Amino acid sequence: MARIGVFICHCGENIGSTVDCAAVAKAAGELPGVVHSVDYKYMCSDPGQSMIKDAIRTQKLTGVVVGACSPRMHEPTFRRACNEAGLNPFLCEMANLREHCSWVHEKLPDTTAKAIDLVRILVEKVKRNKPLSSIKVPVTKRALVLGGGIAGIQAALDIAGAGHEVVLVERSPSIGGHMAQLSETFPTLDCSQCILTPRMVEVAQHPNITLYTYSELESLEGFIGNFKATIRKRARGVDEKLCTGCGVCTQKCPNKKIPSEFNEHLGTRPAIYVPFPQAVPNKPVIDRDRCTYYSKGKCQVCAKMCPTKAIRYDQEDELITIDIGAVVAATGFTIKGTDFFPEYGYGQYPNVITGLQFERLASASGPTLGVIRRPSDNEIPENVVFIACAGSRDSAKRLSYCSKICCMYTAKHAMLYKHKVHEGRAHVFYMDIRAGGKMYDEFVRRAIEEDQVNYIRGRVSRVFERNGKMIVKGVDTLLNGQSIEIEADLVVLATAMTAQPDAEATAQRMKISYDADHFLSEAHPKLRPVEMNTAGIFVAGACQAPKDIPETVAQASAAASKVVGLFSRSELAREPVVATVNRTAPPLFSTCVGCFLCETACPYQAIERDDIRGRDGQLIRQVAKVNQGVCQGCGTCVALCRSKAIDLQGFTNEQVFAELLAV
Amino acid sequence: MICHGQEDGEHAHCTLAEEAEHAVGVSAFECYQCGKCTAGCPLAAEMDWSPHQILRLLQYAAPELEEQALRSLSIWLCLTCEQCVTRCPQEIDLPRLMEYLRQQSLERGLMHPQGRDILAFHEAFLDSVRKHGRLQEVGLVANYKLKTGHLLQDVLVAPRLLARGKLKLLPQGIKGKAAVRRIFERLQHDEGKEE
Repeated sequence: MARIGVFICHCGENIGSTVDCAAVAKAAGELPGVVHSVDYKYMCSDPGQSMIKDAIRTQKLTGVVVGACSPRMHEPTFRRACNEAGLNPFLCEMANLREHCSWVHEKLPDTTAKAIDLVRILVEKVKRNKPLSSIKVPVTKRALVLGGGIAGIQAALDIAGAGHEVVLVERSPSIGGHMAQLSETFPTLDCSQCILTPRMVEVAQHPNITLYTYSELESLEGFIGNFKATIRKRARGVDEKLCTGCGVCTQKCPNKKIPSEFNEHLGTRPAIYVPFPQAVPNKPVIDRDRCTYYSKGKCQVCAKMCPTKAIRYDQEDELITIDIGAVVAATGFTIKGTDFFPEYGYGQYPNVITGLQFERLASASGPTLGVIRRPSDNEIPENVVFIACAGSRDSAKRLSYCSKICCMYTAKHAMLYKHKVHEGRAHVFYMDIRAGGKMYDEFVRRAIEEDQVNYIRGRVSRVFERNGKMIVKGVDTLLNGQSIEIEADLVVLATAMTAQPDAEATAQRMKISYDADHFLSEAHPKLRPVEMNTAGIFVAGACQAPKDIPETVAQASAAASKVVGLFSRSELAREPVVATVNRTAPPLFSTCVGCFLCETACPYQAIERDDIRGRDGQLIRQVAKVNQGVCQGCGTCVALCRSKAIDLQGFTNEQVFAELLAV
Repeated sequence: MICHGQEDGEHAHCTLAEEAEHAVGVSAFECYQCGKCTAGCPLAAEMDWSPHQILRLLQYAAPELEEQALRSLSIWLCLTCEQCVTRCPQEIDLPRLMEYLRQQSLERGLMHPQGRDILAFHEAFLDSVRKHGRLQEVGLVANYKLKTGHLLQDVLVAPRLLARGKLKLLPQGIKGKAAVRRIFERLQHDEGKEE
């Protein structure tokens, strides 16, 4: 005979102000099978939990229903309390009286009636609950880090430093990401490459890190602690073991006029190339789309010149499958190009450039060797206009968010320009200056006060060309909306930071969630900032939201510490909410008819075939069996099973029907 | 229409911004004052309040400032060229709002003195179209001058316009005059119904 205890929580005012909790407790007390029913201001508090524990002991309860908040918040709390009092934790259920009732309804008698309904439903369910025990699964202590920018580098180094194996996958020929492209970094103006390249080398030399560049994640299967990752290692056209990185091939390649991705198309590169001199690994790749040999079948100059005979034109992509325990997604960002802006010339004016292009112009390793020259005629510009919020905070362009880094890098750009061209004039059109951060506002003030950068509060309506000058037509809202026209030699757009173009596909491949702007969605915006909703997958850097280097590095270390925390255990306890195929006495053995429709339906490949043999070892029947380590408890097989042989533990058909009948 | 104060059962007071949103579906509160409308506006230099400032006046939701917007010259100078709404990052239909403010300005008798001339021009324009089915320039000029009393304004350009054949003295009708007249009747009818 069931002996159920019901505990109604007021959650302070959250439930108590719209639901008559005492009435709910009283009504619940009259339900058949309920032997104890009380209400209390905060059930999750210590005294509240003690009430539950005492009742379990004194009333010899066989089941507990807590009417409180969402089980996502406090189910673990109450189940632990039950466990401490000697009741199997899976005999405790929560009725969500807050999110499902008090928060979404007015204070009316119907609201209290609904709360009573919700409690009754769970009482009927809990009467049919069975004691369950959590499932133990092993943990593969090897992490996959996706993306070799500063986020991926930091996460990989931290995890490797804690003694675990790391597989770092980067799709471009070298690690380093956007940080390698930057000239100097705010707010200290230290050289970006000087602080980044030692980390890159450390990655290459670390015994715990396996680096796959020019590679991409093909697929990810499995679950926390037990993923299986398939990596496509694209054909470099170069045998990495033989190549010494001498660079003869890149010097001799006759096809040198290809716009360089690393220099944001402001410089050129050959068809066989390393993206930049400090690349890691310093091994070239052949750009097959542009190599003369692949298009015309002739040339092979690189192969002839290579002193170690490392060129492999017929090399093929390689698929590598690795067992992985945790994943860090650090897939980075991209920016909008100047062609995104009709009002700024659709990208047709060579002297309208992006912030990232300006970084390359200002960088000592860039196409102009660090001298600021405008692209059209290589002259040093005397008047430069920087336009902040180019695309960002522009809902008409479907980018309603703030890109966060532009205020700071625009101040840096203006400053760098003034440091390099002393007589030059720098103007910044801005809407707001968002310089929250250590020494950030001081940095912007320095640009304004010391370097006399002209900050104009207003947005630019149009940029057009007149007599070789770029005419920037804007407004100064601090001068009573006066219209401002500046004849500029160079215009730099702080274009919006956006998710990678294939971010959606990547997220779907990993079965993780993303937002409307295709940035990856963390599990909780405040309290679980580096975890994804999919257990075992973590996030770092600008693939989650626009952020600067310090924040990216902090998040990468946080993600790494989560991975290391996970790897500190040799096995994980999982909720036993998994499917089971029934077993009955011989001669039936199971109501499963062995149709194996479930096998095709299961999205996680959790269905196995179980041979039922007699004592003589002869095969009697083959029936389905669920691998509990792989099953995610989605219930697809349960819905599909024609002979009703499969049930979901904790959510059996019997329990669900009882709940429905209690409504 | 829900205006603030109404939920509490107080005397409902609709601000001009709320009325405008209800009437023409344009919310002044979406404006974040970037000034891109003003930067592109061909008439901004002539205006007493820049386009973005008109929105700011409405955002205060204060009767004195609303009145300043309705008394402004800017609302009458607006050409509805739609440069502002084309560029606006918040997609605020400013020309539509300006039209609403002109109507309100007229209704509440707050029209800017110079606005009268502009209104007279609009009326003269429509009179001509109503009568001839299309614009008849000489009639428009004469009508405008009679309405405003600016009898000698721009008379010196007339001979040159005549010489170049830009001014046709006799009205040139169109085939579908009756159809145009029906359009006017229909609009007036609808307007009457709305009121």
